[in-house]
Amino acid sequence: MNGASGQAAGEMSGRVLITDTTLRDGSHAMSHQFSEEQVRATVHALDQAGVGVIEVTHGDGLGGSSFNYGFALTDDVTLIKAAAQEATQARIAVLLIPGIGTMADLQQAREAGASVARIATHCTEADTSIQHFGIARDLGMETVGFLMMAHRTGAAELARQARIMVDAGAQCVYCVDSAGALLLGDAQERVQALIAEIGSEAQVGFHGHQNLALGVANSVLAFQNGALQLDGSLCGLGAGAGNSPTEVLAATFDRLGVTTGIDVHATLAAADEIVRPYLPRLPWTDRASVVQGYAGVYSSFLIHAEHAAQRYGVPAPDILERVAEHGYVGGQEDMLIDVALQLAREREAAGATA
Amino acid sequence: MTGTVAAIVGPGNIGTDLLEKLRRLDALEVAYMVGVVESEGLARARKLGLAASAEGVDWLLQQDPLPDIVFEATSARAHLANAPRYAEAGIRAIDLTPAHVGPMVCPPVNLTEHLDAPNVSMISCGGQATIPIVHAVSRVVPVGYAEIVASVASKSAGPGTRANIDEFTHTTGGSLESVGGAARGKAIIILNPVEPPMIMRDTVFCAIPADADTDAIAASVHAMVAEVQRYVPGYTLRADPQFDPPQGSWHGNGRVAVFLEVRGNGDYLPEYAGNLDIMTAAAARVGELVAEAAVAGTSAGGTP
Repeated sequence: MNGASGQAAGEMSGRVLITDTTLRDGSHAMSHQFSEEQVRATVHALDQAGVGVIEVTHGDGLGGSSFNYGFALTDDVTLIKAAAQEATQARIAVLLIPGIGTMADLQQAREAGASVARIATHCTEADTSIQHFGIARDLGMETVGFLMMAHRTGAAELARQARIMVDAGAQCVYCVDSAGALLLGDAQERVQALIAEIGSEAQVGFHGHQNLALGVANSVLAFQNGALQLDGSLCGLGAGAGNSPTEVLAATFDRLGVTTGIDVHATLAAADEIVRPYLPRLPWTDRASVVQGYAGVYSSFLIHAEHAAQRYGVPAPDILERVAEHGYVGGQEDMLIDVALQLAREREAAGATA
Repeated sequence: MTGTVAAIVGPGNIGTDLLEKLRRLDALEVAYMVGVVESEGLARARKLGLAASAEGVDWLLQQDPLPDIVFEATSARAHLANAPRYAEAGIRAIDLTPAHVGPMVCPPVNLTEHLDAPNVSMISCGGQATIPIVHAVSRVVPVGYAEIVASVASKSAGPGTRANIDEFTHTTGGSLESVGGAARGKAIIILNPVEPPMIMRDTVFCAIPADADTDAIAASVHAMVAEVQRYVPGYTLRADPQFDPPQGSWHGNGRVAVFLEVRGNGDYLPEYAGNLDIMTAAAARVGELVAEAAVAGTSAGGTP
């Protein structure tokens, strides 16, 4: 698809690796109910389209299947095995959040066929991942560090945290905009700081969300500033308002003259024909998810806030705003119930005095 | 002296906070504070009238009288080295490190079974905060699965916890089974750097039978919270236990969710560090009850 008279092509060149996370971040939007058949069909389509890395895990990573985050329909090992069987050229990645998943989980994932370990911490807590990078490298896995909620710290501190991950064995560190809250320059500044700190030893990546509809734009800026790895998911399937859509990233970078190795038409077909039919709903910048980007709330909280809203009769956007005030971080899904209970009590008290 | 002499090995934040708590107890007297280098903690202990030394356990074992009880607030590695020496000298060890040499104890749940144990493990902060609740549910109905989420302030998570976070999830998850009484346990820990630091929060989820007597479970939970409050005054329920009917992925079980706040006593550690406070408070409670039991056992010779 290089024919479009080249008006944009030529401004950039080079190569970017896109990791598709439909089957991991998208798991949030599916309430972790992926079936083995859906995973096989999605991996097959992505693999055929030339996507090089496909992430397959519960939305909250290995060990995420729980009351707190939602029990998975199918366990991670089964899905990873199925994905590894379907992939002919793509490598299978898994997410691990220390504190939720363990090194034993990573070993099982490796045995099931995963070859890329993506190890995630809150943006200021990288030192909880040191052991896990060590094990991942010992297992012969490629390693990626994930600094989540990157809007919650400044560029210099983010770079310091990336250094901890690289020293522990990370071969790439991502600036992860978990809340979809980074505004263009914020993303640029953080990627630049990571490049300056670790660029000579490791790659830098960017993971965007669409809560303020900036996932793709931030991804292009990240690449322009030196990021060599980006995340996307088909139809944008992901937490909050979803991720940067893989098919849009593929089309955009193709027009920019940047090689992704991905066939644009094949990803468009995969999104439209394979993923879209199984979606319970399309990711969308609705009221609650825009609040997430606006107030800086972990995208995965969306569906949990909706459930708590329904259970306790308080609006989901109000729950999310309160969560932002308290500064809750990824993994604290239990606090959505706590906040809903608190809001319900406040409403009752206000009603009683009115 | 009251008869029961105690020592604290490890004069850091934990040891210093523990000292504050032990000094309030009548059942035992802390005579020694032991470190391996001169430190603020040792100086502070000396000011309070303790014999304190930077010459380690070698020094402690030369003292007369020897302590009856030693509280280990060092590291797992140090306790593994020290434990056999305490045992040989006939000194009871109450271990706040993750060494887990002796049986795991949670005071209101299983301490009575281990009052005579030469060495007891204080499990983990998340375990001390949540096992009582799992036990409160499992003494009413069978709990096929218990899950806890511990959220702590980043500032209260020391380098040991950070370097080996799997140790927390593994130990705590296992203790929900072996001490809490759940058939299967899972533990999750989250570090939150928000300023001002968040007070420790713990959420306990238990799978319960669909027809469980929810009033009986709620009453049991309230009673247990009151029991823990005897040694951790800042241990409170954020709301009444929340009961949810069976859902699709819960294998026919209902669920009870218990939301806890653990505010520390602010003795030496800051109030937000409820995770550290509940460890020192639980260890002090064990020391108190062990000392009382020892006195009762040797003095009267009859039934109390």
